[in-house]
Amino acid sequence: MKKQLKFKVNGQPYEIFVEPKKLLVEVLRDFIGLTGTKRGCNSSSCGACTVMLNGVSVKSCSVLALQANGAEVVTVEGLAKGNKLSSLQEAFLDHGAFQCGFCTSGMLMSSTALLTENPKPTKQEIKEGIDGNICRCTGYNSIIRAVTAVVKGEYKEAQ
Amino acid sequence: MIKDFEHFAPKTLKEALALLAKYGDDCKVICGGQSLLILMRQGLVAPKYIVDIKGLDELNYIKDGKDGLKIGATTTHRTIEKSAVIKKKCPVLAEMEKRLASIQTRNWGTIGGNICHGDPAGDPAVVFIALNATLTVAGAKGERNMPAEDFTLDYFEVALEDGELLTEITIPVPPPRTGAAYTKFNLIESDLATASVAASVTLGSGDGVCQDVRIALGAVAPAAIRAKKAEEVLKGKKITDALLKEAGEVAATEAAPVPDISASEEYRRELVKVLVPRTTKEALARAKKA
Repeated sequence: MKKQLKFKVNGQPYEIFVEPKKLLVEVLRDFIGLTGTKRGCNSSSCGACTVMLNGVSVKSCSVLALQANGAEVVTVEGLAKGNKLSSLQEAFLDHGAFQCGFCTSGMLMSSTALLTENPKPTKQEIKEGIDGNICRCTGYNSIIRAVTAVVKGEYKEAQ
Repeated sequence: MIKDFEHFAPKTLKEALALLAKYGDDCKVICGGQSLLILMRQGLVAPKYIVDIKGLDELNYIKDGKDGLKIGATTTHRTIEKSAVIKKKCPVLAEMEKRLASIQTRNWGTIGGNICHGDPAGDPAVVFIALNATLTVAGAKGERNMPAEDFTLDYFEVALEDGELLTEITIPVPPPRTGAAYTKFNLIESDLATASVAASVTLGSGDGVCQDVRIALGAVAPAAIRAKKAEEVLKGKKITDALLKEAGEVAATEAAPVPDISASEEYRRELVKVLVPRTTKEALARAKKA
């Protein structure tokens, strides 16, 4: 039996009816059409599906969509302000912090979560911050460089 | 593919218990779902009904009371990891949480869900056994308490009766001169343990003799277990490196490792021989400073 799911995604309210077995990643991608969130390993290992749920990062392949009822979700599509990318997105571009790009949205969400919580992380803390995300191209160094550039204040956040 | 199920999201513990009593064996409790959803996706668990207690805020707390720290079952790992009172009163618990899976998993996964899942490689049960924690479970007939070491029974099996729900974990105030430590061995940082050891050492006043010690092992038996014979090696003695080595060897005989993709039975026993002395030594050092 379908149940009502009322929540906000990137500030936009949604009211949909979903089967209880649907995962948050499925609802975001297949029902709402926000395909920036990637479905990778589907077993909570790779982190490509990371989104913010009520202000904390979660792997949306391992959260029942109904558990987001009443919640606020932010996906990678919600990071930019209008046409202005977030600092981290700009820095990822400048530092070539992706190769195939599949991990990028998850990496961006995890680093956004990290900087929200700790705006001045050390290199070690940055590594720990993206520990739940796998980059199969192994481009970790450029990702860490991009986050470091934002930490150093080289980018101005969109207002 | 996850099979269809009916979903209930009770607002109170009472409601949750009524649902469990009604649906019995056909239902499964989900909290963060970080472990359960993996099994459901593989088709290993296919409940007809799901009682979703993620929203049970009455079980989401950390309290510092007379009889110790009390943690509600729906408290997330991340909340425990970052809690100032946990870091101060029970640092080993915060350290364990930091090693548990990834940040995303800790943000949604809960302490109660983790222990009730009964994975022998889970981190919290091992530490709770070493800290002599008490678990409170509630059912239709009321509440009962049990020591953490009696809770983990077998592979993915815990001492919950039908219709019961874990509600609270109590970590007693440690005696003076007590130190605890936790070591987890794995190849990938955010993975489950290949072997893990938690130890708590209490020293006598002034004489440096080990008055009490508790050693718990994870991922080296079908359930998290207490290495009682290894403890006996150290109890009542002044702990030396030679005694620690002996305790490790004894603990390796108490282990009953299940070989899997991460390690063989033999390798896991070898890990116990190394990790028991290392962890107990760290607990000892902390007891000396306490």
